[in-house]
Amino acid sequence: MNPQEILAKLPYSKPFLFVDELLQIDENGSTGTYTFDKDLDFYKGHFKDAPVTPGVILTETMAQIGLVCLGIYLSESANTEMKAHVMLTSTAMDFMKPVFPGEKVTVTAEKVYFRFKKLNCNVVMKNEAGETVCKGNISGMVTAKMHD
Amino acid sequence: MEKEALISAIKEIVSPYTEDKTTLENISEETDFITDLKVNSANLVDIVLDIEEKFGIEIDNDSMAKMLNVKAAMEIIEAKLAENDRK
Repeated sequence: MNPQEILAKLPYSKPFLFVDELLQIDENGSTGTYTFDKDLDFYKGHFKDAPVTPGVILTETMAQIGLVCLGIYLSESANTEMKAHVMLTSTAMDFMKPVFPGEKVTVTAEKVYFRFKKLNCNVVMKNEAGETVCKGNISGMVTAKMHD
Repeated sequence: MEKEALISAIKEIVSPYTEDKTTLENISEETDFITDLKVNSANLVDIVLDIEEKFGIEIDNDSMAKMLNVKAAMEIIEAKLAENDRK
């Protein structure tokens, strides 16, 4: 499966799609980018008069590019009949630098393991200056159903 | 391996994944990981991976599907250890 096919299979749409490009994907990991639209609604309140991308949104961005794209790739490569969904089950993140409206970030995910439908990845997000803005570990269950 | 020692090893492995310390304290062969110990499916995978590492065995998909309570886990561990001995 190529990156375009995976992007087409993502179950998100605006304003909750946080993947613009999937630059690379293989059985060991994925790399993708996203530019935070300065008009995203949450910037109005996080924070009042001082917009900064919330940590949960950075986590979601890393989950979509790392866990979800990779989960779809891994399970659908193995079984083309199956429509894969990825349920987030745990995260552990460190945040180093703020991400402001309009910034472009690159997320790189490395598979730690994919066993018994559980995918565990180490993820790193960098800004355009190449500085690490956040990193951590994230995991989810790859299932055939949207709800379990 | 002694039954008691095996239960005690499983108890130690499960400990980080359950909030229900009372049930864990009283763990027996009948204890169910999901309904009794309230472990979610993602943490059940981690328990199985920790069991593999602790006992030096490899658990296949069919065994994983059966691994829902302590008794099933004990039977699978014993069977896989016996397989390793034959090799």
